Amino acid sequence: MYDFAPLIDSINTWLNGHLSPLWAGIVSMVLLGVAILAFYAVLGLYLVYAERKICARMQNRLGPNRVGPGGLFQTIADLIKLLLKELIYIQNADALLFNIAPFIVIVASIMAIGSIPFAKGLQAVDLNIGVLYILAISSMGVIGVLIAGWASNNKYSVIGAMRSGAQVISYELSVGLALLCIITYAGSMQLSEIIKSQEDGWWLFKGHIPAVIAFVIYLIAGTAETNRGPFDLAEAESELTAGFHTEYSGIKFAFFFLAEYMNMFIIAALATTLFLGGWLPFHIYNFTFFNNLMDYIPPVIWFFTKTAFVIYVMMWFKWTFPRLRIDQLLALEWKYLLPISLLNLMVISFLTLMQWHF
Amino acid sequence: MTAYMEQYSLLTLFITAGVLVGGAIVFSYFVAPYRPGTVKSEPYECGIPTEGPTWIQFHVGYYLFAIVYLIFDVETVFLYPWAVVMKEIGMRAFVEVFIFFAILGLGLLYAWKKKALIWE
Repeated sequence: MYDFAPLIDSINTWLNGHLSPLWAGIVSMVLLGVAILAFYAVLGLYLVYAERKICARMQNRLGPNRVGPGGLFQTIADLIKLLLKELIYIQNADALLFNIAPFIVIVASIMAIGSIPFAKGLQAVDLNIGVLYILAISSMGVIGVLIAGWASNNKYSVIGAMRSGAQVISYELSVGLALLCIITYAGSMQLSEIIKSQEDGWWLFKGHIPAVIAFVIYLIAGTAETNRGPFDLAEAESELTAGFHTEYSGIKFAFFFLAEYMNMFIIAALATTLFLGGWLPFHIYNFTFFNNLMDYIPPVIWFFTKTAFVIYVMMWFKWTFPRLRIDQLLALEWKYLLPISLLNLMVISFLTLMQWHF
Repeated sequence: MTAYMEQYSLLTLFITAGVLVGGAIVFSYFVAPYRPGTVKSEPYECGIPTEGPTWIQFHVGYYLFAIVYLIFDVETVFLYPWAVVMKEIGMRAFVEVFIFFAILGLGLLYAWKKKALIWE
């Protein structure tokens, strides 16, 4: 009912019928680029808005409420202001690396978004190694952060970048191992295949307790990977001014900010796809009336509702818990999360071997 | 969409990201003011003049964690193909990965006992 593949196919056939193959390819590339760009910009701006509103609610304030109804245009005004601000160049900074860093963080996040399935057929690239691809590409972002901190010629930036590097590489292990649990269950790394394997129930429910443990580990490690929440050591305001992006001003700063929010979206979208059934509706076993009712809601809405829920949980973390010290942060990963996720993966492979999942 | 086109989709995303960042920076270059100054272009370290070189040796702890990370990350890369074919191979895959994990667990324990995981 809500399959996007025929739509995309018909666009392709129409283009191929009216244009030469070369121009059809170029036009479809431009269409994809514009679509991704519009999606990225709108989502980034409104995630910032959502964060500010939710933060304000949790601190018993109103949040942005002047520009537009309920402050809806506040982040657009902010973007225009940042575009018009001076780009300051620091003396003795490494100019080449300083300018390259925003490109790297944005490239990492946009390329990862291309592989996320928003609905059936609504996916820019459906690679057969989808999960590995997203992990590999999104971990490129840390190189941008390291370069930004190193090139700024600022001691706070260097400390922030080093902390960020140590933190992201450490927590990446737990993210990878938590995702491996679901890959073991589903027997595929292709994101559309993983969703297809959840048609009779989401992995969070039919994967028994180990899947729930993997989900919790993934949420904690994912929050740490985006340098957010209680793990925002890389840009701890009270210690390091703004961490690795202290020296960035104007639109370059805006890109680091945008990339942080989009990375959060990628982590949440991956959690949705692997654990919460992606764009599949919520079904209760043998409750046909309820299931049919749920089927009427379009998959895109299901996907974004689930993702928004995971993002809300991550924002909730940020405004609830105090920041960890670096030794606590590394101890949490290496002494708790990593051994637990290794054991968890063993249990899951045993369950898969015995066919004890549904 | 064919597999051939998918390669171009990735290229498109790459170019899109470059166009977004490059375009915005070029636009900002034309509309934003540019008034450099000696005080303005100093590194911001809470208003105090910066002292000594910035690019110095950093804490050795980061290095230790990076080494331990490398071991476990390579291990995770080995596990991905294993996880995909786990169902098909069955018991043998389980036993083999059990041995693999036992060796890795010993490695983690060793690093733990050697106090490589303690931040000083």
